Amino acid sequence: MELITPTRVQELIDSFAKQDVYLHLETTNGAYASHFDQSFFSAGAYIRNARVNYKHGKITGDGPYRVGLELDIGWVYGEGLTHFELNEDGQLILAGLNHEDKIAVTLEISEQPFRK
Amino acid sequence: MVKKERHVLVIFPHPDDEAFGVSGTISAHIANGTPVTYACLTLGEMGRNVGNPPIATRESLPDVRKKELEEAADAMGLTDLRMMGYRDKTLEFLAPGVLKGMVEELVAELNPTLVISFYPEHSVHPDHNATAAAVVEALADMPKETRPTLYAVAITLDNPDVVYSVKDYMREKLLALRAHHSQFGATFAEREKHYRDGDPEIAERLENERFFDYKFADDA
Repeated sequence: MELITPTRVQELIDSFAKQDVYLHLETTNGAYASHFDQSFFSAGAYIRNARVNYKHGKITGDGPYRVGLELDIGWVYGEGLTHFELNEDGQLILAGLNHEDKIAVTLEISEQPFRK
Repeated sequence: MVKKERHVLVIFPHPDDEAFGVSGTISAHIANGTPVTYACLTLGEMGRNVGNPPIATRESLPDVRKKELEEAADAMGLTDLRMMGYRDKTLEFLAPGVLKGMVEELVAELNPTLVISFYPEHSVHPDHNATAAAVVEALADMPKETRPTLYAVAITLDNPDVVYSVKDYMREKLLALRAHHSQFGATFAEREKHYRDGDPEIAERLENERFFDYKFADDA
């Protein structure tokens, strides 16, 4: 993965628009966050292989970046994104590393389902 | 040190769960001539330590961790590594009985006299606790005459029943720890350096492995 270049990521987001795609979205603080700090309220969310069709998508912010996808009947967005990659399977992978270099958020788009 | 068993079955959910807590014990059993099977339930797909710049993505991480797990198994001298194909952080959500059935099949096949896993409700990570609960459920259903001993690793309990010195197997253990590079990477290299420099606290943690001898309801 490399640091996000907004213009390049915008091109990639555009290339997946207006077609059925599969989405992976997660946010996480890790399973140990509340163990190490009991005052920390750990929340996270995870969805894998949601099938969506977005009419447009946009990357915004100065880094870490935010990405939002507008669907016909709703929205998807993620924030805290720092790195990207178009992998060998043609999947767009966006991830955000926190100050400890741990994955805190991932947003991925693929024409084929992600493996279970 | 470890006593001779008919077969030792180790059940943990994530590649690397074995490394700190039980890899020395695994090597000791193998050196002692006891066959050891390690059933690892997931490929740690949700691991978060990927380095910066990241060496893996969410999609490539399972392949990376699979290789690391195989390397750790080699380091410990372990030849029967089972990858059970579940997904990281989903174990507590599986349909009732799925994990218990998996444990029952392993026990029926391998007929172990000792099972090593986590301690229910005292292992912090939801996957650890779900694995531990399934192991206990499966073993609790067995008649106590044929039930294997369960040595459980607990993160939030003090005063373990069994403490093994694995000092004789530190070469294997350090190699196993090093194998899980995507998870421990730089932090372990630093820890290992302190260990080699003779830090007594780190030596005490690494050279001893701690187990609770799990008591079932019908145990005397």
